[in-house]
This record gives sequence, C-alpha cells and structure tokens, in this order.
Amino acid sequence: MAIDKPYLDIPGTTVFDAAQSLKGYWLNQFCMSLMTADNRARFLRDERAYLDEWEMSEVQRQSVLDRDMNVMIALGGNIYFLAKIGATDGKSFQQMAGSMTGMSEDEYKAMMASGGRPIDGNRYVGEAQ
Amino acid sequence: MNARVSASVYTSHVPAIGAALDNDKTAEPHWEPLFAGYEPSKVWMRDNTPDAIVLVYNDHATAFSLDMIPTFAIGTAATYAVADEGWGPRPVPEVQGHPDLAAHIAHSVIQQDFDLTIVNRMDVDHGLTVPLSLMFGRPDSWPCPIIPVAVNVVQYPVPSGQRCLNLGKAIRNAIESYDEPLNVQVWGTGGMSHQLQGPRAGLINAEFDAAFLDQLIADPANLALKPHVDYLREAGSEGIELVMWLIARGAMADLAGGSAPTVEHRFYHVPASNTAVGHLILAESGAETP
Repeated sequence: MAIDKPYLDIPGTTVFDAAQSLKGYWLNQFCMSLMTADNRARFLRDERAYLDEWEMSEVQRQSVLDRDMNVMIALGGNIYFLAKIGATDGKSFQQMAGSMTGMSEDEYKAMMASGGRPIDGNRYVGEAQ
Repeated sequence: MNARVSASVYTSHVPAIGAALDNDKTAEPHWEPLFAGYEPSKVWMRDNTPDAIVLVYNDHATAFSLDMIPTFAIGTAATYAVADEGWGPRPVPEVQGHPDLAAHIAHSVIQQDFDLTIVNRMDVDHGLTVPLSLMFGRPDSWPCPIIPVAVNVVQYPVPSGQRCLNLGKAIRNAIESYDEPLNVQVWGTGGMSHQLQGPRAGLINAEFDAAFLDQLIADPANLALKPHVDYLREAGSEGIELVMWLIARGAMADLAGGSAPTVEHRFYHVPASNTAVGHLILAESGAETP
C-alpha cells in the first residue's frame, strides 16, 4: 500500500517527508557542515570548490550558488538545514522565508507586520483567493 | 517524599527572539509588545523557580542531521553546549542537566513502553535556549537544571498528538516516582502558526491558534486527536511543532484523575519574524503538597 500523503493538496508547501529526505540527503548534509566558522569561511572563499566536495547533483549545486531556496526545497532541501546557508550569508529567517514568496523583502516584512499571510484562500491548491 | 510536577509552561521558540535579546533590540517597536507579554512570566518564574525543568523542544537540524532522526530523545548529560547554528553560538549560559533525574525518567518512561533515544552529548539550539531566555531573562547562569526532551518534527512522519499526550502522562508518572522531593516543571515549546518555506511562507492563522490555546487548557484529550494534516494546512508547515505542547499538557494532574490546572498567564502576539507567538503558564491547582 502506498504511503498516504494527505498534505499534497496544500498550496505553496513542500512537506519534508522520507521521499524528499532521500532526494536531499547530501544537500542537507552539506548545510550541516556550515555549523563551524571555519567551514563557513572556506565555503564563502570558493563556493564552487566547496560544493564539489559533496555528492550533490549539479542542479542542487547550482541552486545553492543561485541561493534559490524554492529550487533547493524542490530538490529535497529542508528549511532548517538550508537556513545554515542563509546564516552563512548573514541573512535572517525572515529574509530567507520571504525570498520564497515572490515578494520583495519590504513587502514581505509589511505583510508580517500586518498579521501575516491569511489562511482564507490558502488551504487547498486551486482554491479561489 | 517524591518529586512532583508543579506547573507547565508553553511558548514559541522563534530564533529571531533570541537574536533580538542578544542584540539589545527588545525596546524596538517591533519587539517591545512581544517582550512586554513575557514580563509577568519572568515575575512568576522568580516566585516559582523549580528544582528542575523537563524542557520539550525540537532540534532544528543541529544535534541531529539526516544521519539519525530519533522521534523522542532525552538528554541525560551533565551539561549541554549552546550550538552554533550558523550565526555563531548565542551568548547565553551553558545549560546544566540533571543526569540522575533524567536517567530515572528515561528508565521509567521506557518501561512504560516509550522507545526513548538516550543522548549523552548534544548541543542545544534556539528551540531550547529561547524559551529559557524568555522566562529567565539574561542571567549569568540558568537558575535550575534542564532535562532536554527533543521531538522530531522536522522529517515526516512526526509523532501524533495522542502519542505526545501519552508521553506527557508517562513523564508525569516518572517524575512522581523519583525518590527526592523536587519541584519539577514540564515545558512544551514551538509553534504557533507559521510557515517558513515555499510560496505560502508567512502564513498566520490567529483563529486556529486561539482555538488551540482554548482547547489545550480545557479539553486536551480531544485536542490530541487532531490529525497532522490539520496542523499543516491550518497552522502552516512549521505549525506542526504545536504537537509538542501536548507532551507538557499530558504531564498535568487532570489527565491523571486530578483537578484542572489554573491559568497563571496567557499571551498571544503576531508577529515575531515569521511566526505567531503563543504563551501559557498552567499551574497545578491541587493543594496537595508531598
């Protein structure tokens, strides 16, 4: 019997389940390596060389170079792992989360200050906004 | 005389709250209302400092990478270093454990059929240190030992609400069978509604959060039946952290046939960074002192 995934119809959301984890194992483990100052400095000095040390796919490496968090998540990244890339860049969680929404940093900040993204219209894929 | 559970404390553990504290930004307009909501909590904590805290939180890819993902882990170490999550370690005191009580809880809870992972060395991240900062401010050392209980809410599947409530009951049994008259609090952290990933990032559902707090206080047994997908859909992909609050709630007397707790403090604020912040203090109302 296939695994029941009742969360697939939630819009704009990738649930980090076993299938995603399998895809993103090395991408996420690379992120773990950024938990020391030495590795962060080495990564920033030559990102390409650092990424080549990890058994990631080329598209995964490119998504890191591009800092495209939506692509990283589609390729199996998990936000708590990917956050270490943002931390290395000196970014906050708000800047990272906002970067995935298609909004500018100021627009996202303003949305949060006014109570966040509303739930109405955001429960199901295809739901009218 | 044995140990007893005196209260449970619930709070979000947003990393930006730690950064605001550590960088002296608590008086800024964005942060002032949030920290004001915790002022009564700090006063309450001063008057009700326990002998130990069982602190339920989740590790955010800090101690546990994708190499090992324990569903429930208990720390039995004497000390826990403050983790470097990528921004450098928070400038907060090292966390002291309570190895003897922790080992007793592990022993008792495993014999009550929960397969806890026992952790003798781990760094603790914002999930554990931000609640300490909110409740204790910025002391030179934390005022009591902490027993970390880490719950996997990062990779699915995460434990069910019912499993979490039952674990809380087992932790209560364990504490009450410890042969020293300790005053113990159980904390549940994480949440409330928030989503940190994808085009739906920034989701907040204040109505869901208010109903969750109401039901956590008055009807936890039924709240425990809420399916995961309801949290994901209604409270955001990271809102699933709220299942951890049920562990602390399960440790209260009313779920073991005693009387209902009293609400010492309730606070809700939107936003801290991407997240709705919720906070509760529930104290045991029973007059029974061991």
